[in-house]
Amino acid sequence: MQAGDLGPALRFAMDLVVRAAELLDAPRLIDATFLHIDACHYYGTAHLDFANTLLNDGARFEIAAWTNTVPVSLIQDDPRQGSDPVFLEEARALTRVYEKLGARPVWTCAPYQLPDGPERDDQIIVGESNAVSYYNSVVGARTNKYGDFLDVACGLVQRVPFAGLHTHAGRRGEIVLDVAHLPEELRRTEFFCHVLGIVMGRHAENKIPVIVGLPPDTPPDSLKAISAAGASSGGVALFHAVGVTPEAPTLAAALHDREPEMTIRVSPDTLIAARDALSTARDGPLAMVALGTPHFSYTEFARLVALLDGRKIHDNLALMISTSRHVAALIEEHGWLTSLEAAGATILVDTCTYFSPTIRQASGRVMTNSAKWAYYAPGMLPVEVVFASLEDCVASACAGEVCRCDDAWSPSHWGLA
Amino acid sequence: MTARSIDIEAVLHPGFAKAPALKLSEALSFWGGFDPRDGRILDPAHPQRGEIVTNHVLAMPGSRGSAGTPAGIAEAMRRGVGPAAIVLLRPDVNIAIGAQVASRLYGSELPVVLVTKETFAGLDTGTTVLIDTATVVSRSPHRRATS
Repeated sequence: MQAGDLGPALRFAMDLVVRAAELLDAPRLIDATFLHIDACHYYGTAHLDFANTLLNDGARFEIAAWTNTVPVSLIQDDPRQGSDPVFLEEARALTRVYEKLGARPVWTCAPYQLPDGPERDDQIIVGESNAVSYYNSVVGARTNKYGDFLDVACGLVQRVPFAGLHTHAGRRGEIVLDVAHLPEELRRTEFFCHVLGIVMGRHAENKIPVIVGLPPDTPPDSLKAISAAGASSGGVALFHAVGVTPEAPTLAAALHDREPEMTIRVSPDTLIAARDALSTARDGPLAMVALGTPHFSYTEFARLVALLDGRKIHDNLALMISTSRHVAALIEEHGWLTSLEAAGATILVDTCTYFSPTIRQASGRVMTNSAKWAYYAPGMLPVEVVFASLEDCVASACAGEVCRCDDAWSPSHWGLA
Repeated sequence: MTARSIDIEAVLHPGFAKAPALKLSEALSFWGGFDPRDGRILDPAHPQRGEIVTNHVLAMPGSRGSAGTPAGIAEAMRRGVGPAAIVLLRPDVNIAIGAQVASRLYGSELPVVLVTKETFAGLDTGTTVLIDTATVVSRSPHRRATS
C-alpha cells in the first residue's frame, strides 16, 4: 500500500504507522486481523478531534474493531454531582463517532470474555494493558502494547510494524519465576494469582517472565488476574506460564532453548509482603466493596451468587461490580442480575468502578479482590484500600466490615506454622 | 538571552524550540501522572510533582508506558499548555505519535529528540536550550525524521 493511493484519512493513519515502524526498527508492516480500541476512552477534546477528523475524511474499519471501557456508562444514568457537562457530553459523543467508524460497541476491558475474538497466532492490535497480556499470554495471539491513536491508525490500514511481540524472536522468555514448591491448594486460588501477578511485574523490568508451577488447568479468571496485576505493577505485556501459554508447553519452549537470565524462587514471604502492600487500610467498617477490575466474567458472577447464598449486602456499604454489557445480558438471562440488585449490589456496565460517580464521591475504606484496583486506587481516588479474596470480599460486604474468613493464606497452609 | 544548542542523536518528531529546560529525574506518565488542562505534573510519587511543563524543554529519561500517553500530549498541545520540546534518552513511540497527531490536528510544534547520556547529564533546569531538528544529520537511518 503506497501512501499516495490513499484518501486523506488513511494517509494520516499510514503516516502514523510508518513513523512507529521507523522508531521500532521494523523491517516491514504485516497484516493485522483484530483491533481493540483504547482511543475511544475519552480523556480530552483531542480524542474527539482525532476521531472526527478520520470520520470526516471517510475512514471506516474493515477489520473487527472492538471498544474498550469508557469513563461513563452509556446506558445507565450518571448522577455525578459537579461533574463537567462538557466531559460527559464529549465522552459520549466520542463513543458515537467510533460506532460510525464501524467499531463493535462492546465497551469492555476484558474483550477476551466475548465469543468470536482472536485466536492463537493471530496478529492483533490492543492497547488496554490487561488485554494485551491476556491475548499474548493466554490466547497466544500476538500484539504489542499500542498507545492511543496508533491503535486506531493500525486498525484502519490493517497493518502493524513487524516488531517486538509480533515476532517469534521477540517473544522469548528471559527470566523464570518458580512457584512449583508452593502448596498446590494455594496455587489453585485466584487470590494467589493476583498476588503472583504483582510479584511478577516487580521482577520483570522489561524482561519477559516465565512462570513455572502454575497448574495447567488454571481457570481464565485467575489468568486474567495475573495479566492485570503484572501489567499494573510492571508493564508486563507477555508472560509464559509453562503448560498454560499455548506456545510454552515446556520451559525450554518458553525460553526458546536458551538459558534464563535469572531464576527466582518465589517465597511465601515475598507473596505475603506483596499481598500486605496492596492494603493501605487496617481492618474495620467498609464504605464499599469494588469488584470487576478487569470486568467481572460470567464465571465470577456464578461464584459471587454462590458465595452470597441469598444473603443481603449490609445497609451501610455499596457493593459495586463492573462488567460488560455482554456478561450483564448473560446474567440477566439467569435471573442473577435481578437477584444481585435485590441483595443490594450495583452492576455497572461499559465503564470501570474507578470512574463511577459513586466511587469518585466515596471516601473511607474500600475492599477489592482486584490487585489492579488495589494497586492504582490509592493514587487516583480519595480512599483507603483493603485487598482480599473474593470469598472475604463477599463475607465483608454482608457484614459491613472487613472479615477475614479465607484461610488459604494462613500459616498452616504454607507449612510454616 | 543566550541559548545553548544541544547535540541531538536522533529526531523522533521534527521542529524548533528555544525555551528553558525542565529536567525530570524519573519517567513521567502523561496519562494519570499529568494534567493536560494546565500542564502540571500530578503523580504523587514523582520527584518533580507540581512542576509545570508548559513552554519548557522537557528533558526526561522516557515516558511511563500508558496507552493514554499520546492523548495526554495532544490534549495539552490543543490547550496550549504543552512543553516546547521533549528531550529523551530512549526512543518512545507514544510521545512521537502524540506530537505527530497534535501537529496534524492543531498545527502545534513539538520537537521530540533523543540525546546521549552525557548530553542529558549536561542539561540543567532553567538553562535556555535551543533545539532545531532542521540542522540534524541523523546517525540512525531508521530514526531519521521526515519533515
